[in-house]
Amino acid sequence: MSEATASRTTAPGSDGPMIEIDHLNKWYGSFHVLRDINLNVAKGERIVICGPSGSGKSTMIRCINHLEEHQQGSIVVNGVPMTNDVKRIEQIRRNVGMVFQHFNLFPHLTVLENCCLSQIWVQKKPRAEAEKTAMEYLERVQIADQALKYPGQLSGGQQQRVAIARALCMRPEVMLFDEPTSALDPEMIKEVLDVMIELAHEGMTMLCVTHEMGFAKTVADRVIFMDQGQIIEEAPPTEFFNNPRSERTQLFLSQILGH
Amino acid sequence: MTTDSTFRTEMIEAREAPNQSRGVIGWFRANLFNGPINSIVSVVVIYLIARLVWPFLEWAVIDADWIGTTRDACTGDGACWVFISARFESIIYGFYPEAARWRVDIVFALLAILVAWLAIPGTPRKKWVALFTLIVFPIIAYFLLVGGSFGLEYVPTRAWGGLMLTLTIAVVGIVGSLPLGIILALGRRSKMPFVKGICVIFIEFWRGVPLITVLFMASVMLPLFVPGNLDFDKLLRALIGIMFFWSAYMAEVIRSGLQAIGKGQNEAGQALGLSYWHRTGLIILPQALKMVIPGIVNTFISLFKDTSLVLIIGLFDLLAIIRAGLTDSNWLGFSTEGYVFAAAVFWVFCFSMSRYSQYIERRLNTGHKR
Repeated sequence: MSEATASRTTAPGSDGPMIEIDHLNKWYGSFHVLRDINLNVAKGERIVICGPSGSGKSTMIRCINHLEEHQQGSIVVNGVPMTNDVKRIEQIRRNVGMVFQHFNLFPHLTVLENCCLSQIWVQKKPRAEAEKTAMEYLERVQIADQALKYPGQLSGGQQQRVAIARALCMRPEVMLFDEPTSALDPEMIKEVLDVMIELAHEGMTMLCVTHEMGFAKTVADRVIFMDQGQIIEEAPPTEFFNNPRSERTQLFLSQILGH
Repeated sequence: MTTDSTFRTEMIEAREAPNQSRGVIGWFRANLFNGPINSIVSVVVIYLIARLVWPFLEWAVIDADWIGTTRDACTGDGACWVFISARFESIIYGFYPEAARWRVDIVFALLAILVAWLAIPGTPRKKWVALFTLIVFPIIAYFLLVGGSFGLEYVPTRAWGGLMLTLTIAVVGIVGSLPLGIILALGRRSKMPFVKGICVIFIEFWRGVPLITVLFMASVMLPLFVPGNLDFDKLLRALIGIMFFWSAYMAEVIRSGLQAIGKGQNEAGQALGLSYWHRTGLIILPQALKMVIPGIVNTFISLFKDTSLVLIIGLFDLLAIIRAGLTDSNWLGFSTEGYVFAAAVFWVFCFSMSRYSQYIERRLNTGHKR
């Protein structure tokens, strides 16, 4: 991984922001789900996004790799502006890894094949090389010994670690996490968070939608609180947790930290 | 002091299941005789089956006549299978010229080898064999069966008949309708209104008309609409009709599989940068097709059995050849034998497909449906 980190710091255009979201608006039918979102994420920055359900946090990060289409505003990822052009979208997606709440591993493929699929078909790597990369990342999420099993034979925590490895195999510049631990049993949350913390320490640019406030305190550079489709508060974690400014944030924090 | 709480100091080892639930006796106890009412029902059903099956066995096997060449050989009370053996050649080849029947033998022997090669797991070079089967084999089969070149005698398709015709129609129908069905199913789910519209109209049209109508249209109506010098072969027209008809059914079966794949699978593919065709071909279709194997094979089986409808447009498939034999004045009165034999042949093919599909399902199960 040290090699990958080194290559990232020397990548061209490394001084500009990784993600620029400008006046983003999105509607589902007539429902205004994202309202005037402005967000800049610097290279290597770790952002945690929290907020009540239905506040638009998942929708926002899904706009970054165009799983959701927005109607107004602009998104620029690593210098590439998002348009509706399929080629452009696929170009951006190659740079953006995503981890889903429900893992979304491909159940008909083994763990190893899951990790190789896009390397072979998108990056056009020879199979042997793809498998080598896959094994490296599976090793890093400590699941290399399960490489030949099918996802259905693994526990939830193991599946989510495979999903992280699968995304990392594309050597993305940004990782998006959409509630990665919400579908897991309590016993398994830690193993996934450990992998994410390690990734954060290696300098990966990360946007995490999560309710794991411990994780936010440990690794986040900034915590973003969303409600009703807008960004309500944005602060470093110490400030966010110790002196939340808005009433909505205070109420939310008292609800999730109070028990 | 006593409390309500308890705690365990040693874990319980796993033990073997009790004897009653295992083995043959266990199976009988669990499934047939697990209570007085079930026991009575089981006994009654077993009695009824024995009463029905025994007379049939007596007729079909024990009292039957097997050897001979004319109806005089049939003296017993049982079935006269001489009727079948005397006409066996025509049941297999129809009116195909005797001197050229080796060509049919080669084509179907080759087909059997290729299908076995593809169907049996662990055989090498499956990819090449599949390509050969789909591209080279049809060309070989065409030139061998039709003839007219390479010094082979020309055999018009109206001379084809019997089992070879049934198998030809079934194989072409199956091989043609599956890919067409996949394309239609994908098209029907397309976001492009034009593509979607075409596919919906195609599917609903072909699903809405009976197969007999399709065959009549193909054989009687179509020649009226196309210019006279453009003469399609009747069998070819029937084949195309059957292919389109069943592809509509296939499309709906496959669409139900596509529907069952969660949105997350497609999104995961998108997030990895895979294109639409890669996502469809590598992620969605393999899962969807696997899920609807029972439906696909069900359609195959229906298709196979419905090949016998071509008799109404004057093609002599297996059933039609046997029916024709029934009108032979030397062999009047053996219709039961004829139909039982036809049924048995159809059943063997259909049951084989059914068993193979179950085997494939078990083989492809990667443990995600629990």
